[in-house]
Amino acid sequence: MGNTPRATRRYSARSPLVGYLLRRLGTSVLLLFGVTIVTFALANLVPGDPIAAALGEGAASNPATVEAYIKERGLDQPLPVQYANYIGGLFQGDMGISLRTTQPVADDLAKAVPATVEIALLAIIVSLGIGVALGSLAAYRRGKISDQLVRVFSLIGLSIPTFWMALVSFNFFFLQLRIAPGSGRLSPALAPPPTVTGFYTADALLAGQWVTFTDALAHLMLPVFVLSLFTIGLLTRFVRTSVLEVLDADYVRAGRAKGLSGSRLLFGYVLRGASLPILTIVGLAFGTLLSGTVLVEAVFAWPGLGSYAYNSATSLDLPGVMGVGLVVGVVYLSINFAVDLLYGVLDPRVRLA
Amino acid sequence: MSDITTPQTADAAAAATAPVLTVDELTIGIGSRKNLKSIVKGISLTLTPGRIQGLAGESGSGKTVTSLAMLGLLPSNAVVGGSIRLNDTELVGMTHRQLNEIRGRRIAMIFQDPSSSLHPQLTVGVQLTDHVTRHLKLSKKQARAHAIELLERVRVPNPAEALARYPHQFSGGQRQRIAIAIALACDPIVLLADEPTTALDVTVQAGILHLLRDLADERQLAVLLVTHDLGVMSAIADDIAVMRHGEVVESAVRQEIFANPQHAYTRELLASLPGAAGFEEATE
Repeated sequence: MGNTPRATRRYSARSPLVGYLLRRLGTSVLLLFGVTIVTFALANLVPGDPIAAALGEGAASNPATVEAYIKERGLDQPLPVQYANYIGGLFQGDMGISLRTTQPVADDLAKAVPATVEIALLAIIVSLGIGVALGSLAAYRRGKISDQLVRVFSLIGLSIPTFWMALVSFNFFFLQLRIAPGSGRLSPALAPPPTVTGFYTADALLAGQWVTFTDALAHLMLPVFVLSLFTIGLLTRFVRTSVLEVLDADYVRAGRAKGLSGSRLLFGYVLRGASLPILTIVGLAFGTLLSGTVLVEAVFAWPGLGSYAYNSATSLDLPGVMGVGLVVGVVYLSINFAVDLLYGVLDPRVRLA
Repeated sequence: MSDITTPQTADAAAAATAPVLTVDELTIGIGSRKNLKSIVKGISLTLTPGRIQGLAGESGSGKTVTSLAMLGLLPSNAVVGGSIRLNDTELVGMTHRQLNEIRGRRIAMIFQDPSSSLHPQLTVGVQLTDHVTRHLKLSKKQARAHAIELLERVRVPNPAEALARYPHQFSGGQRQRIAIAIALACDPIVLLADEPTTALDVTVQAGILHLLRDLADERQLAVLLVTHDLGVMSAIADDIAVMRHGEVVESAVRQEIFANPQHAYTRELLASLPGAAGFEEATE
């Protein structure tokens, strides 16, 4: 009982958590700098002639044009200076001008990122719901028929190549059955809703455009379905394993001994106990979904980050490629930060560590 | 502390009081239908209000499985035969739904290691009230007041503050006190204690045993104390049953077991104690 005063003090001291978060934020900023160095270096090291690609065959054969172009873009400066200019621009929200679209990269990304986030968010919510339900079911019925079925299903989800599933489901549901809308975010006849969040579904609701909302939602269905299959398989597996582990824990047996209802036990005790490993994998899966699933976006002609990355890379649009790299870096850093924060929320022991 | 080692009044009272829990020819097997391993082979026990029934035996003797059977907490591949009656209600064969009305409400349990039997991510307050609001239909506010009273009774300091804290913020002994408070929250008539002091420091064991003895007396709890430690038995048990290989080899009041052990195995167990004075000291 000699520990009481110490325990009290520990609990009342909230500052360790704040300090930890500040440190975490500091390292994130440093890492972000690292990301800019890597993307900048990679973009400038890859073979290929971006200037020729940007100017086209005719103009690139004219030395005067090439020189003017190089001067205008500061490409005659040494690489460290170019990098410094790039970083300086970033601080003012200037990510350079896309060689391909001739628009500011920041503007391009502001259009592409919400399109991908909309899909990724919906896919992760669907996957989490189904993955937790199936994984818990399989764990509770370990070894029974339902467990076997769930495991086979999750293995199928994990093994089917996503781009193949995209092609097959596009062909089947759109071209054959004609129950799914075609590619893109909206039917050609409809105008995008006024931009607030950048999510067509949310913006349409905010504007009260019911028809646009249902159309945007219908366009989301197929890509979300295709992307979710893999994530559902992944989450089902992890949830099953984590729940199995927790089901053996003493505190779950103690909860049973208290006569708690099945749902209280599942949500309050079992899933809470399994929440940290599940959260870790959800963070990873969400990062993958957000960093643009290039091939799926290509199949559905979805104007998101994946399509933008693909188009920038194939046309040697270096500012565009660097912009995508930076966004993906920010995405992973923010997700890791959010996951760390949530660890602290879900498990009080983490707050002290 | 000598008063807890010799509960004089209990013997006389026991004769007059009817048992609340009767175990009759209980058999437990675990495994598949073809490959059933017999763990408990027909044991009989009675638990009486205000008395502590010790169940001794080495690990693997079937004593923990017996206590889990009383709450229907055995794994799903366990086959239970015989009878466990709570007053006149037969517990063997009950559905989980029916058992949930008895678990925590009529029969409560405390486990060996409070650092793993308390949920690390739930506050003490939640764990002390979630079954109370369910079983006793108390409001959150009433349950909270009730919880503070309980923590006071088991002598956890600063009960109101303790409710907002998490298990890892308490010492091992305090955690077990909290686990006891949780077990007693719905005012059960039977308390199952499975090695309640084994995971604790020797210095705090006596305090927990003392508390269990006091609670058994003042609440007229029927306690089943499962332990391999005869030193613990000698401190607080009224009656002792010695189990080996799934059978009760000897059962008698405590003094009888220690003074005049009949079975060779009981004598062996007693001989393994660290000297005759050893188990008396363990209660200090």
